[in-house]
Amino acid sequence: MTFAEIQKRAEATWRQFRGGPGALVLVGDASCGRAAGSSEVIDAIRSELGKIGKQARVVSVGCLGICYAEPLVEIALPGTASVLYGKVTPAAAKELARWHVGKGEPRADLALATTNGASLDGVPRLEDLPMMQGQARLLTRNCGRIAPDNIDHYIANGGYQGLAKALTMSPEDVITEVERSGLRGRGGVGFPTGRKWRFVYEAAGSSKHIVANAEEGEPGTFKDRFLLESDPHALLEGMLIAGYAVGAGEGHIFVQAHYPALARTLRTAINQAYELGLCGAHALGADFSFELELRTGISSYVCGEETGLLESLESKRPVPRARPPYPAQAGLWAEPTVVNNVETLANAPLILERGADAFRSLGAADSPGAKLFTLAGDVSRPGVVEFPLGVTLRRLIEGAGGGLPEGAGLGAVLLGGIAGGFLPPEYLDTPVDFDSLQPAGAMMGTGAILVADESRCVLDILLNQLEFLSDESCGKCVPCRLGARQMLNIVKAITEGRGRATDVENLKRIGAAMKVASACGLGQAAPNPVLSAIRHFGSVYEAHIGRGVCPAGVCPMHGERKQA
Amino acid sequence: MQNELQKVFSRYQGRRDELIPILQDIQDALGYLPAEAMNAAADFLKLPASAVFGVASFYDQLHTAPQGRHSVSVCEGTSCHIRGSAQILRAIEKKFALKPGQTTPDHMFTLERVACFGLCAMSPVVMVDGRLYGNMSPAKVLKLIEKLE
Ligand SMILES: Cc1cc2nc3c(=O)[nH]c(=O)nc-3n(C[C@H](O)[C@H](O)[C@H](O)COP(=O)(O)O)c2cc1C
Repeated sequence: MTFAEIQKRAEATWRQFRGGPGALVLVGDASCGRAAGSSEVIDAIRSELGKIGKQARVVSVGCLGICYAEPLVEIALPGTASVLYGKVTPAAAKELARWHVGKGEPRADLALATTNGASLDGVPRLEDLPMMQGQARLLTRNCGRIAPDNIDHYIANGGYQGLAKALTMSPEDVITEVERSGLRGRGGVGFPTGRKWRFVYEAAGSSKHIVANAEEGEPGTFKDRFLLESDPHALLEGMLIAGYAVGAGEGHIFVQAHYPALARTLRTAINQAYELGLCGAHALGADFSFELELRTGISSYVCGEETGLLESLESKRPVPRARPPYPAQAGLWAEPTVVNNVETLANAPLILERGADAFRSLGAADSPGAKLFTLAGDVSRPGVVEFPLGVTLRRLIEGAGGGLPEGAGLGAVLLGGIAGGFLPPEYLDTPVDFDSLQPAGAMMGTGAILVADESRCVLDILLNQLEFLSDESCGKCVPCRLGARQMLNIVKAITEGRGRATDVENLKRIGAAMKVASACGLGQAAPNPVLSAIRHFGSVYEAHIGRGVCPAGVCPMHGERKQA
Repeated sequence: MQNELQKVFSRYQGRRDELIPILQDIQDALGYLPAEAMNAAADFLKLPASAVFGVASFYDQLHTAPQGRHSVSVCEGTSCHIRGSAQILRAIEKKFALKPGQTTPDHMFTLERVACFGLCAMSPVVMVDGRLYGNMSPAKVLKLIEKLE
């Protein structure tokens, strides 16, 4: 089949899906939906439809990013408003089946939003929901709207056009386009993607690799899972474009062990891409062959570090390698390798399809494009949102996230999982991009925004992070192995009322040593939360150490809880 | 056990980089990785046994001891921690006199502490036998465990 024929077939499938006879019931069935009970909701809808003798197509979709309102159910019935219902219980699901599907009467009282612009008793349109306002919806364009297990849905919505376009260009022109876009890696470091691709393109060797980093081990981060569960082909297309650009014949996807549902979704997507001849030998009939492989079920935090990941793909302990040589020269099996984050690769199809200028039209000058952010912790509307880079924390937390639950006061914001650092409320109006937060001693990192209200103790959160870091240190280099353990011991002592006047100074010294002497980013970034907490929350340390009091009343000071 | 091992090995060529998938397959077949199986994998791949054990012992998902019939994993990610996962873990530890990594004496379940499930919008989160549950509390989790048989 030519690509035009593939598209034609896909468009027919999609028309049938959206416009086919009878009601279409879409259920948010990604991990967040499942954890909130989507399976029971699907069962309830099916059983009620059976009871009232109505037919409807009940289809599992991914996530719109509105995770807080899962399980989400969207009902589209010709002649009625298409409605998105939130926090649907099995009992409510039966009501919806009976009323909206059965009688053609949408239930405004249970509705979150309308999705086809129709008006319904004061129910807002989806794009007018406070969580959706101002979002870019580029990477997220298909999320929660298409069936992730149906490649036709992706293709009918513009999918694989970026690849088709790339295959008409020279590999070098593809790289130039990505360079011009200014795309920077979304895995936390922000390295220019086009430059990385050019290194691999120029590296000697006929066998090269693309590795998609789907480890996503940074606590508080779940954007890659969200994207892959909702729109897996965006990654596959990005890998194919990267492979064509640099001259790689193989792509490997390394998926975090705790994402079991994802393994199935990706397996299905890969099989479908092969069936349509989008990968494998002579992809789309071009002089380009690319095999896709999947590694699932085994991982650890340090597997996210790119050379640890390569070691793991080679079935070894994921101990990071010494650099140079960098993966671009000697990566998987010592061959030139691109390691990119999932979200980075998923941007490539958009850049190819719409052009570098369109990509650059959003975001900040040195941080172009839109970015996925995950909102979690003490925030009213946790979930995944997509904003142009340079958006402020206030916009993310108060606008999209709806502020803190029950009007609680903001205590601290944690950025980028572990490595990004703590920020106090004063920084709410700082733009979030790759560089703007550095003067504040913080980093955007993966785009995780974890909110802690005033009732939380920064040192208690720090203790959790240090336990994690000292567990996850691979143990190879001394500064990281011992430094993380020492910082843990000191912070633990402080939270137990055994703090000493010299502790803060010692933490600073250990942190400085770890930053310069650790062999990989794990040990180099591990001091960030400790040092940023000293900088911005010095009074909290002071209260614990100097006055023997946990101001939040959280830490087990002197073996008992002590109120300030 | 020999039968199962041979069946697994027959699917591979004996390359060093196949070690992790082989160990995963053995664990799927036997429930864990007995020393004998790790030695057999070492022979098959012509690796020292220490290299195989080194890999098996590094990854939390590979088990060198038998596991319970069920698995209960509590997320200790930062988001879950903020939202009270420590209380959940403590409640299970207390009720079953169990530490993370241990199995109940009747082999009913193994308790694990997991770094992060990436389900931070539904914190706190637990996983029981591969199924995720969001917005948990100590009472809700104990109820889930009581239903195990
Ligand atoms: C300890 C550690 C953990 C990391 N974890 C991840 C991860 O889970 N996902 C990821 O994409 N990058 C992770 N990285 C960054 C990678 O090393 C690498 O920079 C990234 O995959 C490159 O892709 P990008 O340029 O597209 O961002 C981690 C780095 C360190 C030091």
